[in-house]
Amino acid sequence: MKAFTDLIFTTDFFYSILRVTTPLLFASMAAVVSDVAGVPNIALEGIMLIAAFAGMFFSYLFESALAGLFFALFFAVLAAGVLAFFTLYYKTNIILGGIAINSLASGGTIFFLYLVAHDKGTSVSLASKVLPNVNIPFIESIPIIGPVISGHNVLTYLAVASVVFTYLLLKRTALGWHIRAVGEKPDAADSVGISVTKTQAIALIISGVMCGFGGAFMSMGYVSWFSRDMVSGRGWIALAAEAMGRQHPLGTAATSLLFGVADALSNAVATLGWPSDLVKTIPYCATLLGLAIFSIRAYKRAKAA
Amino acid sequence: MSRERSFTIIRTAVSMAVAVLVAFLIIVLVSDQPLESIKIFLLRPFSTKRYIGNIVETAVPLIFSGLAMAIMFKANLFNLGAEGIYFIAGITGSMVAIWPKLPPVVFPFLCILVGAATGMAVMVIPGVLKAKYGASELVTSLMMNNILLGVGLYILNNVMRDPDVASLVSYKYRTNSLLANIVPGTRIHVGFIIAIVFAVLVYIFLFKSKWGYEIRMVGDNGTFASYSGINVAKVILTVHLAAGAIAGMGGIIECIGMHKRFEWSALPGYGFDGAMIAMLAGNNPIGVIGAAFFVSWLRVGADLVNRSSDIPTEMISILQSIIILLISAERFLHKYKQSWIEKEVK
Repeated sequence: MKAFTDLIFTTDFFYSILRVTTPLLFASMAAVVSDVAGVPNIALEGIMLIAAFAGMFFSYLFESALAGLFFALFFAVLAAGVLAFFTLYYKTNIILGGIAINSLASGGTIFFLYLVAHDKGTSVSLASKVLPNVNIPFIESIPIIGPVISGHNVLTYLAVASVVFTYLLLKRTALGWHIRAVGEKPDAADSVGISVTKTQAIALIISGVMCGFGGAFMSMGYVSWFSRDMVSGRGWIALAAEAMGRQHPLGTAATSLLFGVADALSNAVATLGWPSDLVKTIPYCATLLGLAIFSIRAYKRAKAA
Repeated sequence: MSRERSFTIIRTAVSMAVAVLVAFLIIVLVSDQPLESIKIFLLRPFSTKRYIGNIVETAVPLIFSGLAMAIMFKANLFNLGAEGIYFIAGITGSMVAIWPKLPPVVFPFLCILVGAATGMAVMVIPGVLKAKYGASELVTSLMMNNILLGVGLYILNNVMRDPDVASLVSYKYRTNSLLANIVPGTRIHVGFIIAIVFAVLVYIFLFKSKWGYEIRMVGDNGTFASYSGINVAKVILTVHLAAGAIAGMGGIIECIGMHKRFEWSALPGYGFDGAMIAMLAGNNPIGVIGAAFFVSWLRVGADLVNRSSDIPTEMISILQSIIILLISAERFLHKYKQSWIEKEVK
């Protein structure tokens, strides 16, 4: 147990929590926006993977991290746009559409990785760029807090901002009102002149942008290369966080942080010989349990009433 | 046959054709010898007994997952848990295949039984949560996929792992536990016959039995079914158990039919494939066989093209996503549908 506490109570560990939570925050906010609009996007995983690949490849091609980020966002939005086009215009079921995008991403990125790097595993042979880390003046010199909060990748701070953005978007703007109305009562929203299709398309595009940032972080921040299926379930964890956070941006962000802790923990305890396979399932078990408790309580309440 | 129904068939055919055309396009763009590669992609899978065998072997797990998903979809349930069940049923069935000593025939039968029981046990959780408390089976099943992967990997790493092999695989299965080969010169195994039998059984279950009638009623309109005296909760649970058993069988049959050890270190993807197969088949269990053959033909073709030129086999997932998107697109070709159906009326 001593070894465990030694491992946990370090600034490195707390720093790593913020690092691993970054992609989860982006993806879970993407989940919130799309789900609130009534178009549950289960393609988060795939869209992030596409963005991660695009970020790596175009930052290599143009020798610029910024170009990488731009194309990561571009392709993420493109993928979300394809999903939106099929689900809203061609009336493809959104879940099946999500499965299709995920399949496209996991195979398609390997397909192109092989074409550009002649490797089906990683892109280490391509000299791609990373986005810079940012030292926050003043805060960085505070002991303990400084090393934990300062010095993160620029996208980590943007991830925190994305939570604020999502909160304000949904609670304070006209677009947010429309998104919520469309998700809750599409017919009613339609009857007062809100275009359901257009609003849902915008929500999916916003979730695409978020996934773009999350994916770019994976290949241009978290690590400096692309490897196959490198998003490794973060899109699903984000869905779990969103389900646990009951679609609320702040609740979802808190759950994401909790899952980030579990993730950082599973990385850390692996060195202690703890079963990391099982530690990795904690977010999913917690969500399953949370969902079960919530629906049982809702059922009992409905029955009592 | 009504024009409505023929239209669905036409749309499916168009989607399949588009997928094949996209394959051509990819080949033309990437290959140095496009015409040769296209020929290989289309025809070589049928050129030798071994390749035809490959198509059949590849189709077996797809048939099982397609059947599991077809049952789910018929009841209008969106449970994607077959993915995790393939993995965990492979693990539990493999444990049986590794340790006890049993005579042939009985041995694989027991393995499959354990796999099916595992699948049913797993499905009880999302099934009860949905049937009794209305929790979304989609979310619970997605969570369970990841939990089952973690639990399965834990068992594989700590209980079944063969320390003499560098990669993460289990101990060897006992020879008696393996499914017998049925066509010499190929790897086609008894699992294929079991798959066909179950396709027929599921067809009877869905279309000729009282349970099937109730399932379809619930799928068409749950509220109406409940007013007409159908116990909807019971139907939902039945569907979960049936789909779980079939997915579990699919998982372990793939393991003891095609492999000598448990070799998966990630979710094998068959659960999601099942959704595609069921859609291609219009949720018809007999159609599932044809759909599985179509997809496995694409896969074997892509594999053969990969061997003769520089096109990665992952091309297949691009084709699959196109198939899924187009087939599930209700309004794809909708313009033509209207005039087509109107013609019948005139």
